[in-house]
Amino acid sequence: MNVATDTFRFVRAQEIDAAPPPSLVRGPLAWIRENLFSGPVNTILTLIALYLIYILVPPILRFLFIDAVWTGANRDACRPEVLKQPVGACWAYVANKINYFVYGSYPAAERWRVDLFFLLLAVGVGWMLWLGAPKRTLGAIYFFAVFPILAFILLTGSGWLGLAPVPTAFWGGILVTIVVSTVGIVFALPLGVVLALGRRSKLPVIRMFSVIFIEFVRGVPLITVLFMANTMLPLFLPEGMTVDRLLRPLVGVAIFASAYMAEVVRGGLQAIPKGQYEGAMSLGLNYWQTNVFIILPQALKIVIPGIVNTFIGLFKDTTLVAIVGIFDLIKTIEASRVDPVWSAPTINATGYTFAAIFYFVFCFGMSRYSIAVERRLAAGQHR
Amino acid sequence: MPTIAEQAPARASLLYDPKLRAIVYQVVLTVAVVFVVYTAATNAVANLRAARIASGFGFLNTTSGFDINQTLIPYSAAGSTYGEAFIVGLLNTLVVAAIGIVFATILGFTVGIARLSKNWMIAKLAMAYVELIRNLPLLLQLLFWYVAVLAALPGPRQAVNVGDMFFLSNRGLLLPAPILHTGARLIPAAFLIGIVATFVFARWAKRQQEATGRQYPVGLAALGLILGLPILVWLLIALFVGNPITFDVPRLQGFNFRGGMQVFPEFVALLVGLTTYTAGFIAEVVRAGILAVSKGQTEAAGALGLRPGHTLRLVVIPQAMRVIIPPLTSQYLNLTKNSSLAVAIGYPDLVQIFMGTVLNQTGQAVEVVAITMAVYLTISLATSAVMNVYNRRMAIVER
Repeated sequence: MNVATDTFRFVRAQEIDAAPPPSLVRGPLAWIRENLFSGPVNTILTLIALYLIYILVPPILRFLFIDAVWTGANRDACRPEVLKQPVGACWAYVANKINYFVYGSYPAAERWRVDLFFLLLAVGVGWMLWLGAPKRTLGAIYFFAVFPILAFILLTGSGWLGLAPVPTAFWGGILVTIVVSTVGIVFALPLGVVLALGRRSKLPVIRMFSVIFIEFVRGVPLITVLFMANTMLPLFLPEGMTVDRLLRPLVGVAIFASAYMAEVVRGGLQAIPKGQYEGAMSLGLNYWQTNVFIILPQALKIVIPGIVNTFIGLFKDTTLVAIVGIFDLIKTIEASRVDPVWSAPTINATGYTFAAIFYFVFCFGMSRYSIAVERRLAAGQHR
Repeated sequence: MPTIAEQAPARASLLYDPKLRAIVYQVVLTVAVVFVVYTAATNAVANLRAARIASGFGFLNTTSGFDINQTLIPYSAAGSTYGEAFIVGLLNTLVVAAIGIVFATILGFTVGIARLSKNWMIAKLAMAYVELIRNLPLLLQLLFWYVAVLAALPGPRQAVNVGDMFFLSNRGLLLPAPILHTGARLIPAAFLIGIVATFVFARWAKRQQEATGRQYPVGLAALGLILGLPILVWLLIALFVGNPITFDVPRLQGFNFRGGMQVFPEFVALLVGLTTYTAGFIAEVVRAGILAVSKGQTEAAGALGLRPGHTLRLVVIPQAMRVIIPPLTSQYLNLTKNSSLAVAIGYPDLVQIFMGTVLNQTGQAVEVVAITMAVYLTISLATSAVMNVYNRRMAIVER
């Protein structure tokens, strides 16, 4: 046997103690150790997080529920010096003003029309967003053509249907918020598709106009577009013609949203492989046939999450119409929080909390939807 | 993409000639646009004449006659013009945007990295922050900060007092105001020299490392040059001339503060609102950027023997930045554009001063709107031009 190789060999002479059993690797305790206290840095981070939760969550819960006032008819219900205890959110105020927050000054006798409008809208939105819904083309026609006309007749009123006219000056609250965002999406999507096609067109003049429009609108803040619509729209029309106060920001929002929508749609168009165009061409389809029957159905499906995200942005941006004096939800809260009947210390915070809950529920719901659709669409790409 | 113009022309009829059709389409569109613009313009001229509103940019030289409470340049209602009011507004917009961008970047990167933390609680907290901030309208958040937080603060007498130097009350934030004496200008000069010297040294060190493999302590040198040099200059001036910078500390006198530097509540509310809002979006950008670096990169770095810190600094971050920077810039642009919401809480930014007060006083809607939009457009287009150059330089070169 070679001695030299033996020096590299190691044979243990005596038995060693058995290794301790592995520490807990399953169950809640192990999870806590693994995710929260795996090392000194991690432990410090956990303690910081616990401290943040400790200073943030109890006051919020106290404000929202424990110290909150649920019933009452005026400010006395929500004044700490009257109640002799700290007062959180004054939900009595929201309950008292809820009709104003939802309908604005829409005449009480006609409010069923607003409710019907909400219902028609919900049907349209549900039809569009439920990907497995029957007859979705019909749904699109309903949402983009039938519904807007119905809604217009319903809300503004018409003589021959026996609906009393309601000037837009009386509209307000959530109704206006929804109207502005719906008009935004109903006009922005078709306009956006046209602009996106224009931007990818081979005809230089059409491309130039599309690019100028899109980049111009995307380069300026919405508030300047709204100011422009407010002050310049009446100037551009022939003398004596007036534009409805609500219509002006609607035009501004539609223009603004269409530019953003165009970029989203363009993203979808770019994702369509060239073979699709070539296939359509080999079938002898012309430009419009190619786009309407082959390209757009695929492109729009890809960009549903992008469209929903743009719509979330649009929905949040509708609050800006409050700045140009339109009574949307924010403006109704601004108007009612200074009402002397309800002057109490927490009224401001309560009003904003109510608005925050409203916007959060809608925006968060939509963003969850968009994530779900994204996942569903991505499922087809994985093999 | 195929258009009619691309298909092989069968010269049967002029009606079906793709070239002719293309020209016709474009001419029709041009004529339509020109017609709309022309009609709008003639209507506007007629309407303005009927309303007896002047036109042209002469109003910029007219005395403004209104006061602005926050100005960075000397400004007075009696002696200043609309043109100066415009500059005041522009500067206010730029200031709030610049400070907001700095803070939003810091907060956004922190939250974005926190969302990827292995610590479950930190990750969930960051997620809650992002979801809450991103799903609420900015206007609502600004109103919340301004009305529900800052206006609800105690008055000057019960102000939140930090070390008798900083006071937070419903009058805003009061800070010690620096008073500059002889030689004070040398300190920022030393700071700038320090930055330039650091850049030069870092380039030299990098070239040396590439050539010889020797590493130089760039971080330490940067610290010494950027911080040490100004401090040294300060000490030297203080020793030989007298303290170059003293502070005027705000004091409570009667019902209000005297001295110091006042940061108005409108500015604080706008800054806090813009910072926290944009940070929520930047956090998502950062998270997406870091996740975009494939795991193989980290594993390969590990296989080469790089430590986790080096892996992050030399492998992950440079690649993540390529993904992060373009959307980050658009977030910066959004912040700048969103600063126009200042009008809702009364901070005198460009839109509030110019599209608000000046437009109301002069009635010259076309000129005022055009100038304001031109400012924002210039900022946006300049940024995207820079970004295009950057993207071209950073694009991965394939074969």
